[in-house]
Amino acid sequence: MTGEGRLARFAAFWDDYRQSWIAVAALAVVVLTLGLAFAAPLVAPQNPYDLQALDLGDARLPPGETGSAGYVHWLGTDSAGRDLFSAILYGLRISFLIGVLAGAFALVIGATIGLVAAYYGGRIEALIMRIVDLQLSLPAILLALVLVALLGQGLGQLVAALVAAQYAYFARTTHGAASAERRKDYIEAALSTPLPAGRVLFRHLLPNALPPLIVVATVQVANAIALEATLSFLGLGLPVTTPSLGSLISNGFQYLLSGRYWISIYPGIALMIVVVAINLVGDQVRHVLNPRRSR
Amino acid sequence: MSALVVENLQTEFVTRAGTLRAVDGVSFSVEKGRILGLVGESGSGKSVTGYSILGLIEPPGRIAGGRVLLDGVDLIALKPGELRRMRGARVAMVFQDPMMTLNPVLTVGSQMAMAVRAHDKVSQRAALARARDALAVVGIPSPAERLEAYPHQLSGGMRQRVAIATALLHRPAVIIADEPTTALDVSIQGQILAEVRRLADETGTAFVWITHDLAVISSLADDLCVMYAGRVVERGPAAAVIAEPAHPYTAGLLASVPSLHEPGTPLPQIPGSAPSLGRLPAGCRFRDRCTRADAACTADPPAVAAGFDREVLCHHPLVRA
Amino acid sequence: MLGFLFQRVLQAAAVIVVMSVVVFIGVYAIGNPIDVMIDPAADQKLRAALIARYGLDQPLVVQYFYFAKNVLSGDLGESMVYRLPVMQLILSRFPATLELALSAMVIATVVGIPLGIWAGYRPDAMSSKVIMGLSVLGFSVPTFWVGLLLILAFAVEIGILPSGGRGTVGTLFGIPTSLATWDGIQHLILPALNLSLFKMGLLIRLTRAGMQEAMSADYVRFARAQGLGDGEVIFRHVLKNIAIPIVTVFGLEFGSTLAFAVVTETIFNWPGMGKLIIDSIITLDRPVMVAYLILVVFLFVVINLVVDLAYGQLDPRIRTRGAS
Repeated sequence: MTGEGRLARFAAFWDDYRQSWIAVAALAVVVLTLGLAFAAPLVAPQNPYDLQALDLGDARLPPGETGSAGYVHWLGTDSAGRDLFSAILYGLRISFLIGVLAGAFALVIGATIGLVAAYYGGRIEALIMRIVDLQLSLPAILLALVLVALLGQGLGQLVAALVAAQYAYFARTTHGAASAERRKDYIEAALSTPLPAGRVLFRHLLPNALPPLIVVATVQVANAIALEATLSFLGLGLPVTTPSLGSLISNGFQYLLSGRYWISIYPGIALMIVVVAINLVGDQVRHVLNPRRSR
Repeated sequence: MSALVVENLQTEFVTRAGTLRAVDGVSFSVEKGRILGLVGESGSGKSVTGYSILGLIEPPGRIAGGRVLLDGVDLIALKPGELRRMRGARVAMVFQDPMMTLNPVLTVGSQMAMAVRAHDKVSQRAALARARDALAVVGIPSPAERLEAYPHQLSGGMRQRVAIATALLHRPAVIIADEPTTALDVSIQGQILAEVRRLADETGTAFVWITHDLAVISSLADDLCVMYAGRVVERGPAAAVIAEPAHPYTAGLLASVPSLHEPGTPLPQIPGSAPSLGRLPAGCRFRDRCTRADAACTADPPAVAAGFDREVLCHHPLVRA
Repeated sequence: MLGFLFQRVLQAAAVIVVMSVVVFIGVYAIGNPIDVMIDPAADQKLRAALIARYGLDQPLVVQYFYFAKNVLSGDLGESMVYRLPVMQLILSRFPATLELALSAMVIATVVGIPLGIWAGYRPDAMSSKVIMGLSVLGFSVPTFWVGLLLILAFAVEIGILPSGGRGTVGTLFGIPTSLATWDGIQHLILPALNLSLFKMGLLIRLTRAGMQEAMSADYVRFARAQGLGDGEVIFRHVLKNIAIPIVTVFGLEFGSTLAFAVVTETIFNWPGMGKLIIDSIITLDRPVMVAYLILVVFLFVVINLVVDLAYGQLDPRIRTRGAS
């Protein structure tokens, strides 16, 4: 495809996408939070991982109070004296990092498995898809929980657990789109020529699976972020020294009943906004890319 | 007296690209016990006309004007509840694909009984008895057993008979049939056509038979209406129209029907394709494809009499009265 | 029909066997349970004796065989933390989780399906758009965060409902349940609502999609042409058609509700299986983890089987195929 053709297709896509102002707003929120997370060291008044910079005397300050460092904690501080605004920005960084890493690995692995199954067919396909279906019938949270328990804590382990829990969605989606295409005559024709298998896979089968994969990828990034937060909340995610949004909420949970709501609530609002915004973007992308949609 | 009179019916669809008029001033009438063939290519507005008569047009579509008189009552002017009481009871409809028109998860009997009880407050048992009788009327063997069957257990022709029997339940004055035999085998098609002819003669029900297939309709219909791009371009007794078409479009359609064509000579085609509703030519809508078109055709064509009870919408008709 | 049933049961059994192998290898093959059970500095003789006693010197296949044999006789080992038979431990927690999950499913169904029907019937109405917006919130906002908000709102700020625990458990028709006492019901409301929101969002979307597809189907148009009103069309024609995917998802989601209860139980301090598995993961109580996983897989397989059979009963096209 030519560059111009791609540009035209993207323009057409955007034209459809912006029909919903909610979806446009959601996209703006995603871009904004991504930017804030990326620029956290520049924007945040404090590095929440630097234990030297923390002062326990500042612990659990309500929003709007000025701490010992002389600046206002607009969102208050947590039990270790961290400025919550800074902690949320750094937490967003971790959440996005984990979400994107897990989503990307799950996409590559899942799509490859799905393509291989659709390409070879027969017993290999049946076996692979059986396993994928079995895994899909088990909730992702359970798999992630057990894997984290087995692998131990840490960023790498967490991403591995999320990938293992999520790849099956990509595999099923890719397989569905690719195997529908696989049955068409032109693929059969291409396979009967001495073209290398890889060409057929990537030139014909993969492009047909792309639109649904984009949708699944969007939603799965949001799911990975939510899942990581859930695991961290349950105490099985990242260690407290590198707080993600989930562990921030978890830390604040014990103070919730005593009225110090802000320690849990603000990180939670940040988490909610990010996850809902990504889901809304995914929803609209699904709507625009849906081939059965009536215009 | 006419069972159904359609006057200047207009149905439009509001889309992002603008308002499209799918049915633009269609008029016709059907007598009791007669069969009217409504003929046209896909997109000519013939099915939309059928749905409009029953008020089954869903948004973004709407009926923009005209009258549909059933025994003198204008269906378009009725309130939704009153219209609902007419549907099925006074005017019924049969659809193209018998695989899709019956609910796959309900038995034939329960669907038909529901249709009976939509209008008559009778017991389920009485409703089923009426359903059984209706099945017998359309020539279904052992109708009592068929009541227990699910649609997938019946053949396509059998399903279409069930649909026709359902339409007949309340002895409506008019049945609109939208390409009801298109999805069926030719032999089954013949049986159904014979059955419909018999029903029209015996029950006095008037049929509006919507089809693209002139060969089928030429043997069945009493009268014909040929539609093109939302308008009726020719109207008259079926035998006369087929023997001597007045509109160039009708002539083209007839010439391209294989079974009405002399064997051994090439089958003529109408050049070009039907215009889309968004880009209709001004004046005569057929002029771009017409061999007789000239400068006059850029003006709206007049309705010209073309013989006894015949009318054609053309500047240069092939037949004049 | 019997052949179909037999085949499905056989498949289900195969899945359970495969999963038990996976769980066995996953949990037992990673690390040596003896290291957890005794002090690494302990006497080598004692260590060897224990290894022999638990059969850990045997090949993995033999170990699995013993493990499977014990599982079949209902012996899933002993919790290293509670020093109780695992089976007894889990079964004592099961009713609380089941009660929570069932209540959540009931709430999700009773609220979700009517909302989904409405949103599918009038897709352009403002109310439908609000419903759809809420459903997006329902399944995208993490469950634990909603739980926190519920506690903050109803237990802390308004203060009309308890923030956690199961409350007084009474007996109803011989079954111990929170539903038997007012105090128990009060304790159940928030956790059940919390757990239901995800399923509710899902059911709304599913019902709406099915409804929209069915409403444009030819059989609906045909039913309308017969003079049936919207009510009859929806409740007698459409619902039975969309019931098939809904029952399927409902059944499958019931299993995941049991699993998701892990989160809700932690937040609301609900003494069910989920709380137990989290505790056992944190304390590395392997027998409990294994038993929980096998039980969950077993439940999933049984539920899948039941759903498959229900599916056949609802869809006459499959029912008759199975019969022939």
